[in-house]
Amino acid sequence: MAAGVAAWLPFARAAAIGWMPVANCPMPLAPADKNKRQDELIVLNVSGRRFQTWRTTLERYPDTLLGSTEKEFFFNEDTKEYFFDRDPEVFRCVLNFYRTGKLHYPRYECISAYDDELAFYGILPEIIGDCCYEEYKDRKRENAERLMDDNDSENNQESMPSLSFRQTMWRAFENPHTSTLALVFYYVTGFFIAVSVITNVVETVPCGTVPGSKELPCGERYSVAFFCLDTACVMIFTVEYLLRLFAAPSRYRFIRSVMSIIDVVAIMPYYIGLVMTNNEDVSGAFVTLRVFRVFRIFKFSRHSQGLRILGYTLKSCASELGFLLFSLTMAIIIFATVMFYAEKGSSASKFTSIPASFWYTIVTMTTLGYGDMVPKTIAGKIFGSICSLSGVLVIALPVPVIVSNFSRIYHQNQRADKRRAQKKARLARIRVAKTGSSNAYLHSKRNGLLNEALELMGTPEEEHMGKTASLIESQHHHLLHCLEKTTGLSYLVDDPLLSVRTSTIKNHEFIDEQMFEQNCMESSMQNYPSTRSPSLSSHPGLTTTCCSRRSKKTTHLPNSNLPATRLRSMQELSTIHIQGSEQPSLTTSRSSLNLKADDGLRPNCKTSQITTAIISIPTPPALTPEGESRPPPASPGPNTNIPSIASNVVKVSAL
Amino acid sequence: MRGQSRKESLSDSRDLDGSYDQLTDSVEDEFELSTVCHRPEGLEQLQEQTKFTRKELQVLYRGFKNECPSGIVNEENFKQIYSQFFPQGDSSTYATFLFNAFDTNHDGSVSFEDFVAGLSVILRGTIDDRLNWAFNLYDLNKDGCITKEEMLDIMKSIYDMMGKYTYPALREEAPREHVESFFQKMDRNKDGVVTVEEFIESCQKDENIMRSMQLFDNVI
Repeated sequence: MAAGVAAWLPFARAAAIGWMPVANCPMPLAPADKNKRQDELIVLNVSGRRFQTWRTTLERYPDTLLGSTEKEFFFNEDTKEYFFDRDPEVFRCVLNFYRTGKLHYPRYECISAYDDELAFYGILPEIIGDCCYEEYKDRKRENAERLMDDNDSENNQESMPSLSFRQTMWRAFENPHTSTLALVFYYVTGFFIAVSVITNVVETVPCGTVPGSKELPCGERYSVAFFCLDTACVMIFTVEYLLRLFAAPSRYRFIRSVMSIIDVVAIMPYYIGLVMTNNEDVSGAFVTLRVFRVFRIFKFSRHSQGLRILGYTLKSCASELGFLLFSLTMAIIIFATVMFYAEKGSSASKFTSIPASFWYTIVTMTTLGYGDMVPKTIAGKIFGSICSLSGVLVIALPVPVIVSNFSRIYHQNQRADKRRAQKKARLARIRVAKTGSSNAYLHSKRNGLLNEALELMGTPEEEHMGKTASLIESQHHHLLHCLEKTTGLSYLVDDPLLSVRTSTIKNHEFIDEQMFEQNCMESSMQNYPSTRSPSLSSHPGLTTTCCSRRSKKTTHLPNSNLPATRLRSMQELSTIHIQGSEQPSLTTSRSSLNLKADDGLRPNCKTSQITTAIISIPTPPALTPEGESRPPPASPGPNTNIPSIASNVVKVSAL
Repeated sequence: MRGQSRKESLSDSRDLDGSYDQLTDSVEDEFELSTVCHRPEGLEQLQEQTKFTRKELQVLYRGFKNECPSGIVNEENFKQIYSQFFPQGDSSTYATFLFNAFDTNHDGSVSFEDFVAGLSVILRGTIDDRLNWAFNLYDLNKDGCITKEEMLDIMKSIYDMMGKYTYPALREEAPREHVESFFQKMDRNKDGVVTVEEFIESCQKDENIMRSMQLFDNVI
C-alpha cells in the first residue's frame, strides 16, 4: 500500500459497510487505537534547517529511522525537536519520500553521499521512483567501476610474496610493467611479431631477376633465408604460447580466449607446412593456409591498448554495425534491381545480371565510383544519381553512433589511467594523514610522560611543554594508550613492517636519526614533526644519539641492542629516563639537546636529559639497560658515557 | 482528470482552431485540464453539514487533497486509489459501485463535500442511516429496490476483490448461492426484490449485522 493513500484508509474501512449486510458470519473486532493521539506536528531540525511534518506522515514507513522509535534517540529535550546532524539537502528528498511515497534522486548530488544518507535513514535505494531510477543506477555503476578500478590497480601493486611461480609468470605476462624481465619479454615478442609480418610482406616482392629465369619474388629467391626467419619467429611464438598456457590460471578459459586462438592460427600454417609433403593436390590448399600468417599482426593487440579499445568498441557497437549492414544490403538490392532493368535496353551494357549490378551499386553508394560500370540510358543515369545520394545518407547515419561509443570507451580508459596516476599522490596523502594522527598520539604521549616526569621533578613552570591537544584528540590518545596498556605493546614507527624486518643495525640507526631529528625539532619548539613519526625507539640519550648519528657506527648504547632483542619479541615497554643533574632547569636542558655531538656531552650537560628508551620485556634483567650496571644481553659495546651520568637516573615507566 | 463534459467541449475547440497536433495532442490536453481545481466549502459549513469535528475534517481533507490535488475525484482515480488497498484482487467493480454511491448528484465526480458527506453517514450516522446508505449502495439503478441481478453484481464484485488465490478456491456458483441466502434472509414477501423497509427490518433482526455496523464507530 502506497504511503500516499494511507490517509484514505479510513475511507476504505468505511467502504466496508457494503460487506456487512451480506456477510454470513460475524466480523472480527477492529484493532483498538490505544493511544489515540491527536495528530501533531513534529519538528525535525537537520543541521539547523527546520522541517516540520505530521507525526502520522512519518509513521507511514515504520521500518525506517524516522518512522520508528529510533528517532527518539535524536530527540532534544531542551528544544523539543528532533535534531539530526546530517545534510539538509538530502533530507529534503527523504522527507518528500514520506510525504509523497516517491523517492527521488537529485542529479547534482554525489552518489555515495546520497547512499550514505539513505542508509542512515534506513531507506532502501531500490524504491527510488521510476523517474530517477535510471540516473541513479547509471551513477552507481560508474562509481562501482571506479572502485573496482582502484581495487584492481591496488591488487596489482601489492607485492604479495606468496605468489607461486606460476602466478608470477602470469602476472608478468599480463602486466609487462611489473618486472624488467617481463618488459624484456614484451618487447622481444613485439619485435618478432613485427619481423614476422615484414617477412611475410617482403616475401612477395619481386626481387630482381636471376639470370636465366624470369623475375622471382624474394621469397623464392632467398627461400632458405626466409625459411630460417620464419622458423625463428614461429619458435618464439610457440614458446610464448606454451609459457602462457602453463601460467594461465584457468587453462580451459585461456584456450578459449580470442588472443590464444589468434596465436594458434598464427603458428599453425608453419607446422602444417612441415608435416605436409610436396604433394601437388594439397600444396594449393597449403598456399591458402599461408594467408593465415597475416593473423600474426593481430598479436599486436596485446601490445597496443588502442587496438584493444577499437576491438571492444566494434564488439559493443555490434547492433549498430548490424543495422548499417542490413540497411546497406537492402539498399543495394533495391538499386541493383532498378539499375539492371533500367539498363536492360541499352546495347553492350555491362549490367548483365542483378548480381553483376551489385558491384556497381556498392561502388556508387560508397562514393567510390571506379567507372568500370557506367549507366548509359537516361533512366539509368537518373537512378544512378539517386543511388549515390542515398548511399551517402545511409552510411552517414550509424557512423556517429559508433564514433561516440568509441569515444566514450576511450575516454573511460583515459580516466582510468589518470586515476591510476593520481592514485600515488592520493595514497601519499592518505598515508600522511594516517601518520599524522599516529604522530600526534605518540607526540602527545611523550609530552604527557614528559609532563609527568617534570612534575615529579617539581618543575611546575614547564608543565605546558608540548602543544595542548584538543579534547577529542586527547580522548583518542587516551584510547590508544589504553590499548597499549592492555596488550603490553606500544606504537612504533608508522610502518608496522619496519620493526619486524631483519635486524640490522642500520634500522636502528635510521630510527635513531629520526629520533634525533625529532627531538631536535621538538626542542626548537616546533609544533609538529613533519618527518616520520617519532618512534619510541631505543634512544638512550641525545648525546649518544648525536654520537651514533655522527659515527654511524654502533656505539651502542645499551639500548641499541634492542633491535635484535626487540625483534625477538615485540613486547616493549617504554620508559622515560630522566637523568637528573645539578641544575634541573629544563630550558637549558632543552638547549643542550641541540649540542653538537662533539661537545663534551656529558660533562657539559649539567642538565637533565630526557630520553626515551624501549626496553624489551623478555630481557629478564632490568628493563633499562641504561644506567644499569648489568650489561644488557648482546650489547654491542659499552657506552662509557652513560655510566657517568647514571647517578640520577630516574626511571619513569610510561605504562 | 477529465470531467465528461469538458472532454467534449475540448475536442470541438480542437477541431475548430486547427491547433490539433497529432503527436503532442495528449500532452497539451493535460496541461489545459490540470488547471481545473475545485475548492470545498468552508470548514464551518462542512462542520454543520456533517458530524465530524473540525480536526477530523482537517485530517480528512489533507488526505483527500494529497491524492487528488485538483480537489475532485473521478471514477478512474477512485478505482486506482481503492485498488491500492486490495493488491491481490480486482476491486474495480466494487469501486465503481462505491463511486456511484458517493457521487450523490451523479455528475461523474466526487468532490470533497460528497466524500465527507458519505463518510459522515457511515462513520457517524445512526445504525438506520448506515443501513440506508448500504441499501443505496446495493441499489445500483437507484429505483428503491434491490433485484437479484443487482445483488449478484455486487456479490461478484466483492468476491473479485479476493483475487484468484484463495483458500478454499473460489467456486463459480459461490456468489449465486450467497445471493440466494441473502434473499432468503431479507426478502420477506418473497417477491424477488428487497425494498428498503424489508432490508432495514431484516438487518435489525440480525445480531451479526447489528454488531458489525458498530465497528464503524472508531474508524476515525
